[in-house]
Amino acid sequence: MEEFINKKIKQIKKGDQNAFAEVVELYKDKIFQLCYRMLGNVHEAEDIAQEAFIRVYMNIHSFDMNKKFSTWIYRIATNLSIDRIRKKKPDYYLDAEVAGTEGLTMYSQVSSDIAMPEKEVEAIELQETIQKEILKLPDKYRSVIVLRYIEELSLQEIAEILELPVGTVKTRIHRGREALRKQLRHL
Amino acid sequence: MKCPKHVVEMIHKYLDGDLHEDEGRELKKHLQSCEDCKAHYQELEKAVAFVKSISHVEAPADFTQKVLEKLPKEKRTVSTRRWFRNHPFFSAAALFVILMTGSLFASYEESQFSVTKYDNLVVDNRTVIVPEGETVKGDITVKNGDIKIEGKVEGNVTVINGDQYLASAGQVTGEVEEINELFEWLWYEVKSTLSEVFKQ
Repeated sequence: MEEFINKKIKQIKKGDQNAFAEVVELYKDKIFQLCYRMLGNVHEAEDIAQEAFIRVYMNIHSFDMNKKFSTWIYRIATNLSIDRIRKKKPDYYLDAEVAGTEGLTMYSQVSSDIAMPEKEVEAIELQETIQKEILKLPDKYRSVIVLRYIEELSLQEIAEILELPVGTVKTRIHRGREALRKQLRHL
Repeated sequence: MKCPKHVVEMIHKYLDGDLHEDEGRELKKHLQSCEDCKAHYQELEKAVAFVKSISHVEAPADFTQKVLEKLPKEKRTVSTRRWFRNHPFFSAAALFVILMTGSLFASYEESQFSVTKYDNLVVDNRTVIVPEGETVKGDITVKNGDIKIEGKVEGNVTVINGDQYLASAGQVTGEVEEINELFEWLWYEVKSTLSEVFKQ
């Protein structure tokens, strides 16, 4: 895997966009998922995930091949997501709400087109609730929780992505878990 | 709550897989006896399970295409190089064409005078003369020189980079061809190479 990625990176460094497309294919779901869970909105997630890949392409020359590529791209995507969260102005929240429901209608559309069993509808509603609760977390807890439990990365990898000591990552995960415990205990 | 704070810390360490064996035993013992801490632990596990349960989302189908559209245009050399790598047959063909043209140009550049040899031909300073009354049986090719035909040629006459003068008494039974332009000459080379190939 690492070998394959390094080969592709060498080609990208020469300006080969087909090699880049292969790398995008490989990571697009993970990166999109990260952005979606961080931002809670399909359109914003797509926007930020695309931006992350474009930055990878534009800055490929500064990438150190001795390091893990996935760590680098996760870092870019996480930082862009956090920037986007922080830039959201209060009046933007109204838009985000609307856009957010648009994103969630992915599910609603499905449910209106096909008659879904009640159990599946419930499962979808539960997912929406969990996503909403994750979005309530402050960004520094949200990012570690998403990286740990949705992207399923190790504490060490998360520490490298966020450029923080492992101890700090643990503390944030503990606090994030405690916050989620309180938010989700009634479910 | 009377429970020490370190119990909650131990629960988190346990969830991170950082708990030592002896601590694990201590925690287990405590959870069996303390309902509050047990509930706390179960709620944490539930929260984690909920977050993990969110079904995995996938990027939109046209995601890669959209990213590529936003990139600066690829340098031409790269796409050409890649194209050749993906089409080895054409690479070989292209290489062949380059080498062939190269050698053709090289031979065109040579301004060496040459003529098909016949005993009765007279050569005078880059001018080949078919003398009056003589008959050449065969084709004549003159390169980088002229030909003056006063006698008879039973065959074709080809002049490359030169002129041909047919005297009133001169006679050519075959075709007379003058080639001066580079392109024509190339075409002639290709034609004669091909006809030679097909002859065999």
